[in-house]
This record gives sequence, C-alpha cells and structure tokens, in this order.
Amino acid sequence: MRGYRSIRIGKDKISLLLDKNALVKLMFLVMITLVIFIISIGLGQVKVHPFTVISLLFGGGTELDQLVVYQLRLPRIFAAMLVGMGLAVAGGILQGMIRNHLAAPDTIGVTAGAGMAVVAFLWLFSDEKYSLIVSIKWLPVAAFVGASIVAFAVYFLSWKDGVTPIRLVLIGIGISALMQAGTTMFMVLGPIYMASQANIWITGSLNSVTWEEVNVLFPVTVVLLILAFISSRHVNVQALGEDIATGVGSPVQRHRFILLMISTGLVGTAVAVAGGIGFVGLMAPHMARKLVGSSFGSLLPVSAFIGAILVMLADLIGRTLFLPSIVPAGVFTATLGAPYFIYLLMKTKTG
Amino acid sequence: MDKILNSKRIIIIVIVTIALILLMGMSIILGYTDTSMMLTYEAFTSFDGSNEHLIIQTVRLPRALIAAGVGTSLAIAGVYMQTLTKNPLASPGIFGVNAGASFAVVCAISFFNVSSLSAFTWVSFLGAAVAALAVYVVGGVGRQGLTPMKITLAGAAITALFSSFTQGILVTNEAALDEVLFWLSGSIQGRKLEMLVTVFPYLLIGWLLALVMTPMMNVLAMGDDVAKGLGLKVGLLKLTVGLIVILLAGGSVAVAGPIGFIGIVIPHIARSLIGTDHRWLVPLAGLLGGALLLAADIGARYIVMPQEVPVGVMTAFIGTPFFIYIARKGFNKG
Repeated sequence: MRGYRSIRIGKDKISLLLDKNALVKLMFLVMITLVIFIISIGLGQVKVHPFTVISLLFGGGTELDQLVVYQLRLPRIFAAMLVGMGLAVAGGILQGMIRNHLAAPDTIGVTAGAGMAVVAFLWLFSDEKYSLIVSIKWLPVAAFVGASIVAFAVYFLSWKDGVTPIRLVLIGIGISALMQAGTTMFMVLGPIYMASQANIWITGSLNSVTWEEVNVLFPVTVVLLILAFISSRHVNVQALGEDIATGVGSPVQRHRFILLMISTGLVGTAVAVAGGIGFVGLMAPHMARKLVGSSFGSLLPVSAFIGAILVMLADLIGRTLFLPSIVPAGVFTATLGAPYFIYLLMKTKTG
Repeated sequence: MDKILNSKRIIIIVIVTIALILLMGMSIILGYTDTSMMLTYEAFTSFDGSNEHLIIQTVRLPRALIAAGVGTSLAIAGVYMQTLTKNPLASPGIFGVNAGASFAVVCAISFFNVSSLSAFTWVSFLGAAVAALAVYVVGGVGRQGLTPMKITLAGAAITALFSSFTQGILVTNEAALDEVLFWLSGSIQGRKLEMLVTVFPYLLIGWLLALVMTPMMNVLAMGDDVAKGLGLKVGLLKLTVGLIVILLAGGSVAVAGPIGFIGIVIPHIARSLIGTDHRWLVPLAGLLGGALLLAADIGARYIVMPQEVPVGVMTAFIGTPFFIYIARKGFNKG
C-alpha cells in the first residue's frame, strides 16, 4: 500500500498502519490550533500582541498581562480546546457506531440529559431566598451524572436481543424530548433569575471557567481520548455493520457498549464544564471525513483538532465581536453547524 | 366494511364524545378555586360579579375550550403527518414544527416588539411552515428518498437548530425570557379567549379540510404508486396535507406554545380502537386528542399545587413511554 507505513512493535503484538497523507493534514491542523490558541489569548478587552503572548507563556511580560492571560484567558481557552476535542471525538465514535451521519451527542439525548440535571440541581439546592445552599462546584458533577444516566437509560431501553443503532437513535430522540420537558418544568417552577442562569448554561458558554475546572477536565478528557484512539479499530469494524462485524469475529455488543461509554464520558465532562455546545459532535467528524477519509484511526485525531478549532473560534467570536455583551459559544456553533449540516445532507447521495 | 363493525365504531365515537364533554365540564369545575356545577350554570345565566363567577367566565372556560381545540388539532395533524411520511413516530413535536414556530415567535417578540395576537399567529404559521418544509426537504434528499429514519433524524436536527437559536436570543435578552418562558413550555393557563378566537378560523379550515380529505388519504396510505395509478394527483394531495398540518400545528403553537407527544400518542391509540380507515380515524383522533389534553391540563393543576406544571411537560411525561414503546416495536408494524 503506497502512502502507508506499517509499524510493528514487540513481535507484532502492536501493529498499526500510519497514513502519511493523514499525518501531514493532522500536523497542519495542530499548527492551526496553536495559532488560534495564541491569537485568542491576545484578543479581548485588553489586547496583547501575539509575540508578547509567546513570551508571556515562557514567563515574561508585565504583571497586568500576566494576570489577564493566566487567570482569565488561559483557562477558558484550554477548556474550549478540550471541550471541542471531546465533543468531536464522541460524535465521531457515535457516527461510526450508529452508521449514520446525523448521529451526535445532541441527537441521542446525552446533552439534554446533562441540561436537565443542571436545572434540577439549581432548583433542588436553592433556599427560599434563591441562593444556593451547596457549592456551585457540584454543578459539573450533576451534569456528568445526568449525561451518564441518560446514556444508560437510552442504552438499556434500546436493548432487545442486543442494541440496534436505529433503536438507539430513536429512543435517544424520545428521551431527549422528555429531558427538555423536564428542563422547562424546573425553569418554570424556579425563580426567573435561575431560569436565565440555566439558559446560559444550556446554550453552552465558557464564561465562568476557572483553572479548577480545567484541572478536572484535562486528565479525564486526555485519558478518554487516548482510550478512544486505541479503540478506533473497533469503530472501523462497527462501521461495517452488524453482520460483517460479527463475521470478522468482533464481539459486537461488548464493543458497542464500551464505545458508548467512552463517548458518554467525553460528552459528560465536556458538557459539565461548558454546557450544551451543540453541533460540534455532528460537524467535526464530517469535516474530518472530507479531509482524511473514513478510516477511524486517522479520522478521530483529525476530528479532535477540528472540534478544538471550532469551539475555540466560537468562543473567541462570542467574547470579542459583540462587546460589551458576551454571546455564548453555543450560539455560534449552532449557527455554523446547522447550515453546514444541511449542505452535507444535500450533497450526500446515500442515506 | 360490514355493518356490525360500523356500529361498533359509532359506539366508540359516541363514548369518546361523551368523555370529551365530561372532561370539559371537569376542567371548568376543578382547580385551586373550588366551584361546582350549579355555580358554573349560574355564572352564565345570572352573572353576579362574584370571584367564582369571574374565574369561571374569564379563566376556566377559555382554558377548557383552548385545551379541547388545541388537542384536537394536534392529534389530527399527527394522523396526517404519519400517513404522509409513513412514519409511526411522526408528529409536530418530533418534526421540528413546534421548535420552528417557537423560534419565530421569540424572534418576533424580541426583535420586532410584536405583541398583537394576529401577528403572533401569522409569525407562528410562518415558523411552522419553514420548519416543516426544511425537515421534509432535508429528509427527502439522497438516493433512498424519504426513509422514516432519515426524516426523524432530520426533524431532530432541525429541532436542535431552532431551539439553540431560541436559547441564543433568550440569553441576550433577559426581559424576553421572562415574557416567553411559560409560553415556551407549552401551556394553556392564563390564555385569553381572544387568542382562541383569532386562531379558530384557521383551525376550523384545517379540521374541515382534514375531514374532506379522508377518502383520498386512504388511497395515499397504500403508497404513492398505487395512488398515482388510481388517478390521484399525488403532488397536489401532499401539498394539501402539508397545508393542513401547518394550519393545525402552527395554530396550536400560536395559542398554547409547543405541546408535544399528543400528535404521536393519539393516532396510535385511535388506530388500535377503530382501524386505519381515515374516515373514522380522523374524527376519533380529533376527539381523543381534545380529551387527552383536557385530562393532562386538569392533572397539571394538582401535581404541585398551588403552582402549576405546564401542560406541555405533562404530555411529555405521558408521551415519552409511549414513544419508546413504539420505537422498540419497530417501524414495520406501525
């Protein structure tokens, strides 16, 4: 095979094919990510020159610049990057597994589950004066729990001699509608200030991200991403369809479960920190497929970086273009994602 | 169809009609302020300006009428969507029609300061039409055409799109959030009778069209090719069905906000009671839809008294298990 290089380590225990073309494109995307990273550190109400940013990262610069960059901008930009990666990879896995280009964390209800958990949390733990009685730090935990519960519920409700992708999606849509109903119920029952707070969160925003959250987000996302990359070969097999996957000796249901757990974990942590940033999980894998084809070994890393770029850009636009008001990043990903999605559908010849 | 079956059908229709009327009566009587049959009767014959009489005339009666009208419309829209797309899960809520109408209304409130009722209605129709068209077009592209799976997914995606736009607007405009939050959750509480009166003509046209179309729908249900072969203008027919759905679903959203799941649940129940003949199915679904929404609305008053649960939430709680049941059963049986 031209354009590929095979690597074998330890008496063929570990062997993989490197797609040179994909590798080049991946490097290119990493570069873009870095450039956006540096530019977006520099932009905002206080502007910092890109070169100053680089020197700042190595410990130079004035005290004010240090404060702005380290305390305000770096955590949210880091978070944007990680959230984008997580959502994109989760979407890629789901699309491969469900074998449908329209599948994404948003469509199977995981995001909505996390949203409902957050609103329920705000409602349950507020006292009569509408102030929280527990630390707001527990909010991401609630979101994660909500996402996981929904993922499990969708999975088990779809179970009938195994899980078929179609049932998974349909039940996801149903549960998603239920979660949205629950969310509105808590919003209506609670005070209006809570509704607006919850609404910002549901739309997806990186406004209040601090280092504390990044410290949790970073290790979890990295571990899950590595797991995802390792399992990409299973996604390849799953993408062939149930019959062929069984035929080539893959334990289809077990892999399906593991893959679902990995993507739920990624979505759960991302949503816990940044709220429901929509359409990234739908868009990024598509773009990646256009770039490097549909072998998941190269597709997943590439879509991770595309996801990172998307969310970082959305956040950058949201906090700079409409000053003094700050628009949640989720609005931009939806504005970009929906037309793109429709364009894709128009172009796709097969369902 | 033989006579025995038809008489059974008539009995079913009569029973459901009686249930609908009873539920309307209960909807007027029951609630936070206690009233009785006598009081209701007096409120209309010898109005004395007392609190109870006022509540009955200005709150309870409009509410009961709106619940019945909206429920009926949503259920009929559901039947027609399911036949048109040959998808047992089709309904205004799942297909993004509700989300589109909501988005249009929120836009109108926060950008154009629209507050007149008739403008609300038109805006809502527009949103419903755009969303329905988008889902239909998006779901229909590609080689296989309109597969149930594709159109359901397209609906979910369009819904996601419109609801994130709606949220985006609401985030930047907190005053609007306060104003539309209860409307957005799907509620028939505190709606004035004028709202129903504004929308009623459109709903009525929708109902009448729906009833007139039933024989042709029976033919369409056999498949496009058969319908064409039997001399129906399928394109025109589908367009009319689309119009009916938009009139009924759009009108309902304008009055009550997005109320989901009636359009899924009712057609299935009606079909299992009375069969797939649209001449019977459509009237029965309409009556059942009204009854279900009335019942859900009465329930909504008691769950967290003295507060109220939006009725859209109630229907979601009732409807989701049903949706899951149908989804598990699979597409083939319908």
